[in-house]
Amino acid sequence: MSQIKSLADLKKKREEIKTGLDVRIKAIDPEKHVQVKVAMATCGIAAGAKPIMEFFIEQLDRRNIPGIVTQTGCMGYCYAEPTVEIKLPGKDPVVFGYVDLKRADQIIEKYIKEGELIDGIIPVNYETIDSKE
Amino acid sequence: MHLLVCGGTGCHASESDAIVWNLRDELEAKGLSEKVQVILTGCFGFCEKGPIVKVMPDNTFYVQVKPEDAQEIVEEHIIKGRKVTRLLYHDPLTKEPIGDSKHMGFFKKQLRIVLRNCGFINPENIDEYIARDGYMALGKVLTEMTPQDVIREIKDSGQRGRGGAGFPTGLKWEIASKSKSDVKYVVCNADEGDPGAFMDRSVLEGDPHSVLEAMAICGYSIGASNGLIYVRAEYPLAIHRLKVAISQAREYGLLGKDILGTGFNFDIQLRYGAGAFVCGEETALIHSMEGLRGEPTIKPPFPAEAGFLGKPTNVNNVETLAAIPIIILKGAGWFNKIGTEKSKGTKVFALAGKINNVGLIEVPMGTTLREVIFEIGGGIRNGKKFKAVQTGGPSGGCLTEKHLDLPIDFDNLVAAGSMMGSGGMIVMDEDDCMVSFAKFFLDFTVEESCGKCAPCRIGNKRLNELLNQITEGKGTMSDLDRLKNMSNVIKDTSLCGLGQSSPNPVLSTLNNFMNEYVAHVVDKKCPAGQCKSLMEYYIIPENCVGCTACARVCPVNAITGQRKEIHKINPDVCIKCGACKEKCKFDAIIIR
Repeated sequence: MSQIKSLADLKKKREEIKTGLDVRIKAIDPEKHVQVKVAMATCGIAAGAKPIMEFFIEQLDRRNIPGIVTQTGCMGYCYAEPTVEIKLPGKDPVVFGYVDLKRADQIIEKYIKEGELIDGIIPVNYETIDSKE
Repeated sequence: MHLLVCGGTGCHASESDAIVWNLRDELEAKGLSEKVQVILTGCFGFCEKGPIVKVMPDNTFYVQVKPEDAQEIVEEHIIKGRKVTRLLYHDPLTKEPIGDSKHMGFFKKQLRIVLRNCGFINPENIDEYIARDGYMALGKVLTEMTPQDVIREIKDSGQRGRGGAGFPTGLKWEIASKSKSDVKYVVCNADEGDPGAFMDRSVLEGDPHSVLEAMAICGYSIGASNGLIYVRAEYPLAIHRLKVAISQAREYGLLGKDILGTGFNFDIQLRYGAGAFVCGEETALIHSMEGLRGEPTIKPPFPAEAGFLGKPTNVNNVETLAAIPIIILKGAGWFNKIGTEKSKGTKVFALAGKINNVGLIEVPMGTTLREVIFEIGGGIRNGKKFKAVQTGGPSGGCLTEKHLDLPIDFDNLVAAGSMMGSGGMIVMDEDDCMVSFAKFFLDFTVEESCGKCAPCRIGNKRLNELLNQITEGKGTMSDLDRLKNMSNVIKDTSLCGLGQSSPNPVLSTLNNFMNEYVAHVVDKKCPAGQCKSLMEYYIIPENCVGCTACARVCPVNAITGQRKEIHKINPDVCIKCGACKEKCKFDAIIIR
């Protein structure tokens, strides 16, 4: 990792990451891949998020689906843990709640492969500061 | 095309299942089931107007849909492409129908500033934080602003400490900046101890860099180059993510010497707490970091004058810090437009208790309790009646139905006899006994009192004993006066915030639920049926058919009676386990 020596460097770095030019984070274009985010705060992990994340990593690979699986923090839907957000290329992200291995399998087969939604989506009911701009 | 039907508890109760079946049948009949999918979703949080049907991708939002509306939705909207106006949500002010959920005020109730990155970025990858303008605020203050500018900006923003007391953050920084010393410290208070509060942990686990960046900004403005995070050892994942974040920031040179080539040095270390509640109080926290007992000391001197190792120290809570980078980037003028006159910005609440959507939410200050509990929180579980909500954890008080339309901010909550605290919200329904509830928090403060000052150490213990007596049916009316008097004495004479606020649950339940206390001491009854000593299981003779099911399940043989004869419970033997009531198929057993 190289040091960031000035504000200009930092801005350059940000642009590189934003446009996906930074080879170190991803050699692939995230916009062309399925992005899976698993909420992995203590509560999510306690509710069983770890095996779910492993399942996605393993199964996307096994089923030849180009995808990126990452962990993220608490999404706030404690009542529906484990929660997983899926972003298909060119579509808005969708959050699925109560994800167990069976549902994870359904999500891959139905939503990721076919684009068909399955029961148990959590509707987004907040604004972020980005959407406010 | 997708039809999303809400399957949350509220909508489920008003037949959202039947809506799904009808829609699917209708689509099947029209040969559209291949093209249009009907999906049951989680709660939209808009339970007041449920059941909800949302049509994607055009975002049409139908409210209060009945199963028989399915046909019209399919025929009009799906086939003919015309919205069913009568089912659209109507703006409560203009009475105009709103076709698109993106324009509904409801979805603007939550605004995520502190939680902006939680659940969005990978917390163990600094690049994702940088892509979201991370460390830009630090860059901005180091290159464009003087320390005084930063302090003025924070003061102008109106930001107040989110740890509980609501002290103005900018003022705190200003006092620390004016203290003269060769060494100063920035401390992040991550000793989150309220039962039911977990917002600080979520921020540390979901967005640790925002806290590191804010600490560096604070260091620059008060003239400190050392930062310490006091985090409880019970938060192993938060500690792990902080360690990863600190080492990544160091590798990038965003912590350490000569940050961004500006000559500013700042580094951060972790200090672990053993999970004592009192160590959330800043002087006790500082003593704990010094390796001493976690006990508070009298202020003054304030930590801003003589804190960690006797040096000027600025202590801020996690949530307070997490908002700082955004305030710097977007400006005080943007931040202070959000919220109420004296409480600016947003507040994160941890919703817990008897509420449908248990979770972490962030709303602008001034949002009402009703909006938080019934709209975002989805209302009370199992359709029960709302009774009270405890804000501020063991230091706060309970608020009742009459407070539901109170806009939440620091001052309103204090005026109503509670406090903001760190933002835990525990919701209670009609089955909760307010005396046992006050006792629960007293149990906690008795356990957590450090024992240094007498009012807190002895007073809370005595309060707890009185409450115990009352819940066991041994209380008298004069005990209620004693409770009140003693509470006030403890509040007035305790050394630190723990003791000064520990009687709040008692005082607020006395204020709002005096009738329940009276029922306990005069009638020797617990109206909610929670206090075991005051309960009696009773078999209604008219309903009993003599099936013997209850007698067979009773673990202590307290139930007597022959087959096909009326059974009886011997109250002296009964241990009130409730097994008989569960077993009875004839609703013959009641608690009275």
